[in-house]
Amino acid sequence: MANVILAIEVLADIIIANKEKLTEIDAAIGDADHGINMARGFEAVRTKLATAKPDDIGAVLKMVGMTLISTVGGASGPLYGTAFMRAAGVVQGQQVLNSDKAGQMLAAAIGGIKERGKAVKGEKTMLDALEPAYEAFQGGLAAGKSLAECMELATAAAQAGLEYTKTIIATKGRASYLGERSLGHQDAGATSSYLMLAALTELAKGQEQEG
Amino acid sequence: MVGIVIVSHSTKVAEGIRELALQMAAAAQRIVAAGGLVDGAIGTDAIKIKEAIITANDGDGVAVMVDLGSAVLSAELAIEMLEDQEIVAAIADAPILEGTIAATVEASVGQPLSRVIATAEGARELRKQ
Repeated sequence: MANVILAIEVLADIIIANKEKLTEIDAAIGDADHGINMARGFEAVRTKLATAKPDDIGAVLKMVGMTLISTVGGASGPLYGTAFMRAAGVVQGQQVLNSDKAGQMLAAAIGGIKERGKAVKGEKTMLDALEPAYEAFQGGLAAGKSLAECMELATAAAQAGLEYTKTIIATKGRASYLGERSLGHQDAGATSSYLMLAALTELAKGQEQEG
Repeated sequence: MVGIVIVSHSTKVAEGIRELALQMAAAAQRIVAAGGLVDGAIGTDAIKIKEAIITANDGDGVAVMVDLGSAVLSAELAIEMLEDQEIVAAIADAPILEGTIAATVEASVGQPLSRVIATAEGARELRKQ
């Protein structure tokens, strides 16, 4: 439980620290609000976490999802909000998280994003970072690697996915209005997804070393 | 009577469209604006939309009018979150202003939700010249 709350705090920190960068990336091909929106959402999450007393991991993630839904404002609100709510469903009533559950949470989150956004990989969205990350994570699990090692593989795959978004044309969201002019720019949603995975990986690595 | 919820990124846009639509509305008609975020910032909030749908419903269902992008996603999520309530709500694939006016007129004469949505969607064909 404490680990999960710490993980949410780490997510809030990384998003808030990258507010300007995310907004800059979004300014190139979107409406320049991704950083501002996400930071507003995670500020609200941080405030809620300070007072709420969730009973289990599912309750923590549900609270994060509901807060993002009502405070982010842009499309990333319902998308990330749905992702956290679906992940919450996997760990309802549970106090401890293992690698298998983490993989299932990632799968449920991605499923929610796809359903909500009616999107697939290759449309220059957060899915271009998240789907390869999930595949790499599962590959690590199958090879018997630790949670931190699986996370490292997932983050590397997300980074490659993020680079890939520079090479494709946006067909979803505000960037789709730009057509070919979206080429050469990375996707803001894929960037925030990558940043969150990278931050969680650092946390997992630190905890494995301690343990 | 079918209720109407107006979802725009802007609080002012949603309220302005409501103001216009009320001119065509029947006395007891429920038209609720659900624009912007709680603090007035630009954006859409699925929880605010869900509450608006509950307020707009008098038993005959609710037509949800949306502007762009996240308004659609948030409205879909709001409807999904209604699952514990017995409310039928549907999003009109229509221009938000023209669609809302058309939907208001259709609802004001007691037409069912399916007719109200179809009429709102027909407003897409409305020519200005």
